[in-house]
Amino acid sequence: MTTAETEWRKLDRRTVVVSVLRTAGLVAVGALPAVVAVSGRFSLALAAVTVGPAMVLIIGAVAIGDDIRWRRTSYRIGAERVELVSGIVVRKRRSLATERIRSVDVTAGLLLRVFGLAHVKIGTGEQTGAGESSLSLHPVAAAEGERLRRELLDRPAVRERAAAADGTLSRIDPSWIRFAPVSVLTPAIGGAAFGAVLQVAEWFGMQEGVISWTLDQLRAFPLVVSVLAFVAAGLVVGVVGSLLWFVEMWWDYRLEREPGGTLRVRRGLLTTRSVSLEERRLRGVEVVEPLGNRLLGAGRVDAVATGLSRQKEGERTDTKTLQPAAPRAEADRVAALVLREEVSPTASVRLRGHPRAARGRRVRWALLTVLVAVAPLLVLGLVLTPVLLHLAWICALVLTPVAVAIAFDAYRNLGHGITGGYLVARHGAVRRSTVALQRRGVIGWTARQSIFQRRRGLLTLTATTAAGGGAYSVHDVGESEGLTFAEEAVPDLFGPFLERT
Amino acid sequence: MPATGGRPAHDDPGSDDSGNGGAVLRLRPPVNRVDPRAKRWWWTQTLAITGAPLVVLVVLALALPPARGWLLVAAAAVAAAGLPLGILLPLWWYRVHRWEVTDSAVYTRTGYFWQEWRVAPMSRIQTVDTQRGPLEQLFGLATVTVSTASAKGAVTIQGLDHQLAADLVQQLTETTQATPGDAT
Repeated sequence: MTTAETEWRKLDRRTVVVSVLRTAGLVAVGALPAVVAVSGRFSLALAAVTVGPAMVLIIGAVAIGDDIRWRRTSYRIGAERVELVSGIVVRKRRSLATERIRSVDVTAGLLLRVFGLAHVKIGTGEQTGAGESSLSLHPVAAAEGERLRRELLDRPAVRERAAAADGTLSRIDPSWIRFAPVSVLTPAIGGAAFGAVLQVAEWFGMQEGVISWTLDQLRAFPLVVSVLAFVAAGLVVGVVGSLLWFVEMWWDYRLEREPGGTLRVRRGLLTTRSVSLEERRLRGVEVVEPLGNRLLGAGRVDAVATGLSRQKEGERTDTKTLQPAAPRAEADRVAALVLREEVSPTASVRLRGHPRAARGRRVRWALLTVLVAVAPLLVLGLVLTPVLLHLAWICALVLTPVAVAIAFDAYRNLGHGITGGYLVARHGAVRRSTVALQRRGVIGWTARQSIFQRRRGLLTLTATTAAGGGAYSVHDVGESEGLTFAEEAVPDLFGPFLERT
Repeated sequence: MPATGGRPAHDDPGSDDSGNGGAVLRLRPPVNRVDPRAKRWWWTQTLAITGAPLVVLVVLALALPPARGWLLVAAAAVAAAGLPLGILLPLWWYRVHRWEVTDSAVYTRTGYFWQEWRVAPMSRIQTVDTQRGPLEQLFGLATVTVSTASAKGAVTIQGLDHQLAADLVQQLTETTQATPGDAT
């Protein structure tokens, strides 16, 4: 970097236009119910006179506010520091050491893309509060964003080491879309759709009308048919929704390894996203298989890395996902490529099972869960009405085999092992997770043993790490075996405190 | 598995985990107990926890004659359950809470029903904090928290003599400063 570049720069001027358009859209949507309500009760003219100026006022305020923000915000990319000065009333000056920058993420929503702009987030990957370790440039020109990304992440020192094996590691296979509907998203979208219909109806004051119209339509059929029809409608909407969501999220997905020793995920149809991850920060990968995906033999690959921006509440994009749900072999292949291993450590054959006592524990938990679910019905049935008693035994009859099956599956899924530089742990039935963690990334061990585990000689081992969730567990492993494993995986942590009896 | 060291024998064949040639491997307890004054500190806490509802119930019983019987029964129940527990638990905690600091790591054991052993290596320690609440100050105690770069890797030692805690912090800080790297 030359000294000429250390001048202060401004964000892109067009941010004001973008803000005005975005606010106009939001205000229009928000104004619709107001207009309907006022014109319904009074007249359309009155609605136009009241709502119109309010809209103009809001949009104007946003335009002025964003203009001031633009004037008061500037950034500087220096040889040693990246600085950002911002704040309309309270001035903030934030600076990051250039050599500590670990991620530059570029996101561009539809509106930003139309104007050739992008939102750039520069992070150091430190585990401090979410806001403190990152700078947000919102927005800059798309080309400027790309330039920042290259400049900040491409360092010669790293480049030498990682010269080999560049290029595209994985790209989207359109057939993967078949895994999209079998997720929790489908019922969630289906349910949300009903809620949305009722909400819109309420804006127009027709909520009761819609409900009674629906009931009228359904009255012609038996109850079972109408319930099924409702569920089917919800499912169809949910499936379509999750398919659309998948297309929007994973359109043109590519996972690449760049010369600077960086992994880069690019994806998105309307909103394009580019997430860069310095390989130095990578501590392992996690292959996640939710039950629906696992039944179809698919799994998702997540990065276990230090300082990935944590998912905010309600934010659906997950920056740590390296590959969406794909056939298991493909997931393992990408995991191996990402970790630069011959064979993926997450492959099943390399795991050791756990003592059978762990199965007993899971079966007991399952039965206890069923009991907790059925007990209230049973008590109420005894006190109030025998109908509930029938419901209770039907519930028990249906739930018990399901719970026990899940328990057996959970036991089968328990496993741990060591492959090269990685320790591997697997657990879970509804959400099976296989994590491969760099052994030198483990910065502490925790062993937990409940009194029940002690009686059966089991132990839950947790490796703490600076990356990802902070801790990854090997559940219900045999006590001696687990401690041997811990010592073998990361020598001299538990070692000095072990004794043989 | 041979049932050595007083461990109950397993009747379950699947739990045979002879991963190390038959010998049973286990974590030994850390060397040091917490300061004996910690018992008094914990007693004060448990008595406060039991005492507060007890006082409220008794005051209410005095103030509301119609409900006096029930309130006194409730108060007696709280006292009957709370006082023995409040007296015995700290004795027990004193037995199970242990800690040790070696040249290479900080090692603690806590709990009985849910026993937990934690180890944080010196080379990965990022911060060493001491906390002293008002009660701890009264009893001359301190709590030391050793944290690593992991959000879940902190090791806490409660109920140390405050002078010992200060020395410990000093020692840990010096050792960790001498270790290179960013501890992730």
